[in-house]
This record gives sequence, structure tokens and C-alpha cells, in this order.
Amino acid sequence: MRQPAAVIAPLVFPILLLAVNSGGLKAETQLPGFPTNSFVAFALAVPFIQGALFSTMNAGTDLARDIQTGFLNRLTLTPMRRLAVLGGQLGGVIVLGLVQAVVYLAVGLAVGVRFESGPAGILVLFAFAFMVSLAFGSLGTLAALRTGSGEAVQGLFPAFFVFLFISSMNIPRNLIQVTWFRDAATANPVSYLLEAVRSLIIVGWNAEALALGFGICAVIAVIGLSLSSWALKVRMAR
Amino acid sequence: MDGPAIEAEGLVRVFKKTRAVDGIDLVVESGEIYGFLGPNGAGKSTTVHMLTTLLPPTAGTARVNGYDVVHQGPQVRSSIGAALQEAALDPLLTGREHLRLQASLQGMPHDIRRRRADELLHRVGLSEAGDRKVKTYSGGMKRRLDLALALVHSPRILFLDEPTTGLDIQSRTALWDEVGRLTRDDGVTVFLTTQYLEEADVLADRVGIIDHGHIVAEGTPDELKASVGRPTVEVVPLDAGEHERAAAIIARFGDPCGSEHGVAVRLRSSEADLAGIVRALDAENLKVEQLQLHQPSLDDVFLAKTGRSLEGAAEEEEGERGGLAMEPA
Repeated sequence: MRQPAAVIAPLVFPILLLAVNSGGLKAETQLPGFPTNSFVAFALAVPFIQGALFSTMNAGTDLARDIQTGFLNRLTLTPMRRLAVLGGQLGGVIVLGLVQAVVYLAVGLAVGVRFESGPAGILVLFAFAFMVSLAFGSLGTLAALRTGSGEAVQGLFPAFFVFLFISSMNIPRNLIQVTWFRDAATANPVSYLLEAVRSLIIVGWNAEALALGFGICAVIAVIGLSLSSWALKVRMAR
Repeated sequence: MDGPAIEAEGLVRVFKKTRAVDGIDLVVESGEIYGFLGPNGAGKSTTVHMLTTLLPPTAGTARVNGYDVVHQGPQVRSSIGAALQEAALDPLLTGREHLRLQASLQGMPHDIRRRRADELLHRVGLSEAGDRKVKTYSGGMKRRLDLALALVHSPRILFLDEPTTGLDIQSRTALWDEVGRLTRDDGVTVFLTTQYLEEADVLADRVGIIDHGHIVAEGTPDELKASVGRPTVEVVPLDAGEHERAAAIIARFGDPCGSEHGVAVRLRSSEADLAGIVRALDAENLKVEQLQLHQPSLDDVFLAKTGRSLEGAAEEEEGERGGLAMEPA
């Protein structure tokens, strides 16, 4: 809680967006083929991914600040391995991601969302929150290590949000009428992350959705972590 | 530990086309204060960054506390403390939290961390401010906390990169006292970079003068000063018409040399001749407006070795760097 904005914003804004969308887009549930009667249940996946985007910014901005203040040098002057510095940074992001997941879940349950996959699904959801935070957090640390600037990291935020908005965030892909938008949402990995969470909430157990969601997270995490560790090495060798 | 605390051979660091450090050889004995003196951009910080494992050398080898800086980084970092040019602190942590975090990262047991933090806060005069966030600290307080952080794990070797730059005279003197105490009482080896002649002169047992990535002179401050010449005495007669007579009198004590306002000689032996000069002037009834003894300074050494004064070199480097991409100095 040293930086309340870094904790409160990722908790409050996604919930606000959920409230606004649930009110405004409730009529969507009347569409033939809409997978649930509860739009809140459908939209509850969004805060999980939106929160992860905030995590990206937090991880990147914090690390960039450590670079700018020289604190990264202070940490790397200790005997610990340099990758541990990265691990520590991401550890914080993951903890925040899990706290967010608890809050979003509590809000969902409080407004009457039923979890079709049951308690085991909730555990899988936490595992997914872990993976999403790690994956997006690693992109944040990569941006910070490459640019060394908190402002540059924050400049990425709108770009990440574009990915969220051109996904199946507000409507299932099969119900999107506009072809280019449907194609963009299908090509957008964020759609599959949303659909993995959504499947646990409104479907139950959907192996394909979960495999795609976890697989995409794993790919992003592997790429993000590999490039971040390379970027750290390059930065320390400058 | 047997052998020198710090050893470097042919150390080179190249940034794109700039050879920031160009083949440095160094030996710093255990327990000494080694002053690394040079203008901005001479290669001091780059050398420190290589010796503390923050930057890999482009060529050459270096051993710190017997460990190779390239292949034994964790061992090097365990045995050194470093306070870099900019105080490396997190503005959102308190001083005490910094110390405990540092102690934890150094692998110190939990019960010792608290005690060590209190002890170091007291030592650097931050006991009262220890629980305030660092963003509320003054520049001097940040420097002192940075020094405390470097000392958390009682390192045998301490690197201080321009530790007093930007500090007021009181903070500077306090830091000098602490560095002196560390060497005297705790036997810590100190590698100190500075662009202040006085700092090197007061603190260092030995001084290496670096310019354009090369060590141009090395020795004790007295050896270095002696190497560039003997003291000079300058006399300004009260009556401007007495210049020739004054020159003749003082010429008995040394070789005439240039003086802007009066006449001057480079003494043949030592400053003890000063008393003789005063007596001779008095005996000849020559009234003087000014009589000054000039000891050679480290700036004279820098001038003799590089052809420019340290102050002038700093300005020149600033000018050059203004047109260059920023790189570590």
C-alpha cells in the first residue's frame, strides 16, 4: 500500500467498467445463441484481463522507476542472481493479480453470479490469474528494461487496451456481425484469455477454451520472460 | 586475504566508438584509501562499474578481493560495498527499510538485520530520520544512507564513486571523517573516485590520476607533488620600482620563475628557505606587500601530465559531452 494508486486503480476501474457494461449491454442476453442469461456472468471475465493489463503497467512502471533512480543497480550489487531481481518484481505483480482475482470473484458472487465449474473451477481461475499476471507482467518488465522510462511504459497502455476492445470482451465471437471485427477478435489472443475465464464461469469445464487460454498465457510468458532476461543482460552490459 | 584488494590488468571498456577506459593497470593494497582523480568523463565511474561487476569489461582482467569480476560476480559482490555517483535509493522506502532490505539481500539473519540497521542509522546520523520515506531526505542525507547501505554487510572493500559531489562542506567533512574511520578502525580498503583535488589530497593514501581512460600518474599525494617540482615563493614588493631588487634578493634561494604580480623563485631545497627569504628581505630593508609560498598541488601534477588543469579539463569534457550521446562517464 505504499502506492495506493497502483493497488486501487486495478481493483476499482475494472469493477466500474463491469458495472457500466452490465447495465448498458444487458439486452445482449436476449440475442439468440447468447451463452447465458446473466450478462454480469458473461462480462465477469473482463476485469480479470483488464486487471492483468494494469499489472503490466505496474510491473513496468515500478521497474522503470528503479532503473531511473539507480535502485536497480543497488539491487544488482548484492550477491543475488540478476534474474532474481526480475523474479522479485514479477512476484509482486502476481500477488497483486491474485488479490485482484479474489476481489473480482467476490464481487461476482455477491451480485449472484454462479460458478458453473464449482470450487475446483475457482482454483483453476486463480491459477489462470497467476499465469495472466506473469505473462502480462513480463511484457511490462520487458518494456521497462528496453526503454528505462516509466513514461514510455505507460505509453503502451492504450495499445494494450486496443487489444482488449477488439476482442470478444463484450459479445461472443460467433455473434459479432461485422466481419472485420469478428476476424480481428478471432486473431486477437486476448479473446482466448477472456473465453478461458468465461468458460469456467458460464460453461463449466471446456478443455479447448482452457487449453487455449493457458497455452497463450504460457507463450506470452515464455516470450516475455526470455526477452526480459535478455534485456536485463543487455542493460547491465551497457 | 592474501594479495592486493583490487588488481586490474589492461582493463578496457568501449562504448560504441568511445574507449571510456583504455588499458588500465591497477593495484590497490588491502587497507589503503586509493583516490581515483580525474575530470568528468575521464573513465572513473566506468572503472568502478567494471570493478563492482555492474559492467563487463571489453578487454582485460580484474580481481577484487581475489575474485574475478567477470566469472565470480556473486563472490565479488559479497565482499564489496558500493555507493555510486547517484544515491541509488527507492523514494518510497524509509531509510530503515532500505537497510533491512539490503541486509536481507545480503543473506544476513533476521535478528541481526534490525540491530545492524539501527547501528548504521546511528553511525551516519540518521537515527531520527530512519523511519521517514527517502523522498523527504536532503541530498546529504541520501548520500549518508547510501554509504550506510554499502556498509550493511561489513564489506572488506568499499567503492565510493564521487561520494561528496553536490554536498555542502559540513556533509563532505563528515563523510571524510567516516571514510577515514572505516580504514583506520575497521581496516576497510577504500577505492574512491573524485574530481576534487582536496578530497584526494586529504583522504587518499595513494592517488591515481586518470584522463581520457588512461592512468597518467600514480603515487602518494606527496610523491606526485614532488614529481612535478619544488615549492615556489612569490614576492610582491610594496613599491613597484623595487621588483629588480626583490628578484635579486630571492634569487639567492632558488631559480627565478614566472610571476604575474611580483617576482618568484622555485626553491632549491625546501620550504624552510622561506624563513631565510624573510630575513634577507628584512636585512635589505625591502618592504613587501605580499609573500606567498606555493606548494605544488595535485592540479599541478594533472597539468604537468596532461597539459591542462583539472578544472579546465572538467569544463572541456562538459563541452565535449554536450554534443555526445549520454554514456557512463
